[in-house]
Amino acid sequence: MSLLLDIGFAVWAHSLHEKIASMISNPTAAQVLEMVIAGVCLLLFLVPLCFFLGYMERKVAAFMQMRLGPNRVGPKGTLQIVADTVKLLMKEGLTPNSADKFLFNLAPLIVVITSMLVLAPIAFAKDFQLWDTNIGVLYVSSISSLSVIGILMAGWSSNNKYSLLGAMRSGAQIVSYELSIGLSLISIVILSGSLKMSDIIASQADGWWIVKGHIPAIISFIIFIVASTAEINRAPFDLAEAEQELTAGFHTEYSGMKFAMFLLAEYINLFVVSAMAATLFLGGWMPLHIGHVEWFNHAMDFIPSSLWFFGKTFFVIFIIMQFRWTFPRLRVDQLLNLEWKYLLPISMFNILLMTFIAIMHWYL
Amino acid sequence: MSLLGAPEVNKEGEFIVNIGPQHPSTHGVLHLKVWLDGEIIQKMEPHLGYIHRSIEKMSESLSYRNFIFATSRMDYLSAHINNQACALAVEKGLQIEAPPRAQAIRILLGELTRLSSHQLWWGCMGLDLGAVSPFFYAFRERELIMDIMEETCGARLTQNFMVPGGTMYDIHPNFQKRVKESLVKIKESFKEYDELLTGNVIFEGRTKGVGYLSAEDAISFGCTGPTARGSGVSSDIRKWFPYDGFEKIEFDEILDNGGDCYARYKVRMLEMKQSVRIIEQLIDNIPEGDYQAKTKNVIKLPKGEFYQRVETARGELGVYIVSDGAASPYRIKYRSPNFSNLSALEKMCTGAKIGDLVAIMATVDLVIPDVDR
Repeated sequence: MSLLLDIGFAVWAHSLHEKIASMISNPTAAQVLEMVIAGVCLLLFLVPLCFFLGYMERKVAAFMQMRLGPNRVGPKGTLQIVADTVKLLMKEGLTPNSADKFLFNLAPLIVVITSMLVLAPIAFAKDFQLWDTNIGVLYVSSISSLSVIGILMAGWSSNNKYSLLGAMRSGAQIVSYELSIGLSLISIVILSGSLKMSDIIASQADGWWIVKGHIPAIISFIIFIVASTAEINRAPFDLAEAEQELTAGFHTEYSGMKFAMFLLAEYINLFVVSAMAATLFLGGWMPLHIGHVEWFNHAMDFIPSSLWFFGKTFFVIFIIMQFRWTFPRLRVDQLLNLEWKYLLPISMFNILLMTFIAIMHWYL
Repeated sequence: MSLLGAPEVNKEGEFIVNIGPQHPSTHGVLHLKVWLDGEIIQKMEPHLGYIHRSIEKMSESLSYRNFIFATSRMDYLSAHINNQACALAVEKGLQIEAPPRAQAIRILLGELTRLSSHQLWWGCMGLDLGAVSPFFYAFRERELIMDIMEETCGARLTQNFMVPGGTMYDIHPNFQKRVKESLVKIKESFKEYDELLTGNVIFEGRTKGVGYLSAEDAISFGCTGPTARGSGVSSDIRKWFPYDGFEKIEFDEILDNGGDCYARYKVRMLEMKQSVRIIEQLIDNIPEGDYQAKTKNVIKLPKGEFYQRVETARGELGVYIVSDGAASPYRIKYRSPNFSNLSALEKMCTGAKIGDLVAIMATVDLVIPDVDR
């Protein structure tokens, strides 16, 4: 089934490309049209994805807390999240009187748009990538750091003290953890010698970087997971929302669909960082290959590439979700200490180590 | 927060945040006015009275049998022990003592109450620090105790089981069996509690060295219970002024000289084990006999003043009755543990961060209806 989908996607995308090229003579206009169609498809894919992530989060939480989780609406509670979305859609989108109305309404859009933009260079399956730019990694890290603007905007324009405190925390947090993420991304770029997503994945054909890159790759994988958990404001680094301290942090004043936008962005971000971790460290859609054990490699090749990609991504998502339901929240100074005193020096040293390994060709 | 786009900062350039009366981590309608410098707390002022029900004044028009039950609504997490304090105060006035069986039942139910209260506190402690899961684990074992209470007392939270002269009814026939079954599970759960929270690096970072309260300050603010014992002040009423036969029972008063949130946390965790120890001593040794001493239908205390103190889950509860010889008290005054513990909050919070404020409030374990009464 998934294999068919895989091939189907590639064939369909290719035929679409041909058709548009034959219809419109101007190559730029053709590409724009193609991008628009691809973007709409991506949006259509995001909605069920976020529904699934919301459902998964509740079920993981329930599993860790000895509860059943949602089990009333639809089979096994699968439609609960749909019901919640309908509720949020029907609620009034309240704008407080004293808020800066323009910025207040713009902020959730910025947060959602930036998180959606990051999806562009991610390869979902073999030959299924929207935009294989040659600066893929750089693009992801630069666009994902823009979301802080939306959060600061939301906190400032709400004219609420809790929101402001949450936004300031979030600003400090995202700006600092950006460094660790960047450095751990660079360590893989050093190994693969390219910023292009397809090259990075291709370089892992005979083994994933987390295996081939020895200890430095494992260290940078752990740093990447920790730092990106902080980057996307999830517990134990959810200081920007800190329910017990700031009621709801930067989105205290938001309700209805505007609030749902933040939620949507949170889940897309969760998916994006997990997909990045899967692409850079776990080989993206590349199947698991062990050296020259031909029969094993052959069997692994039989599993469709999209299944490999989503399997790895959801494995990382599952880990990040478990963090949320296990750890207490850090305090704001401890959060910054963790970054500047531990993660950053370790990743800098790690990069030196990684460069050394890359120069000596010690990796497999 | 003033209305209609007023500036965030007042005339003096101070940044004031009102935490509460509706706030997720004040556990009730506590209103804290906090002066902030960035994240750091400069000054803090608790505003009380949002849930004042004038229980003391109300008691003046209730009979000596009835006024006891209003106290279940003060510190609702140790309702039993509040009732016990009032019953003991009336007994002091009548110069009678509850029969041995009643005393044993009172201690058993009291310690079960303390256990369930501390379990709830442990869950909320995790919740306040941002870990949601402990709450569910804590409620799993708390439910066992609540079921025992329901079976014997007919109520889960406000049991109203203590009457002057003993207890209202005898224990349920299943009581001993169920308590023993539950204790096995509860003792196992302590290990899980430790695994989930106690050794966690983030948890230790959030609590160690946070909210320091020196022994001198604890005494001068009148702190009692685990809040004072976490600062090394010996204040267990069960040891100092034993009541209902606590002098015959072996248990340790838990003291910790740390004075910080982690010390208070450890004191409460160990107190749960001591409560189990007390219950285990008594559960097979409940004396036979009456569960209630004979009292007149209408209780009238002789003219005078009577004071009784007990150790609730949160500290020392004092009941002060002034009687003019009538069928209802002339004046009742409660010395509630939470009110005094709350007064030390500012001392602990000044200079701390907002995140610490939540941690400190969690370890002081405030129950707001007991502050306001």
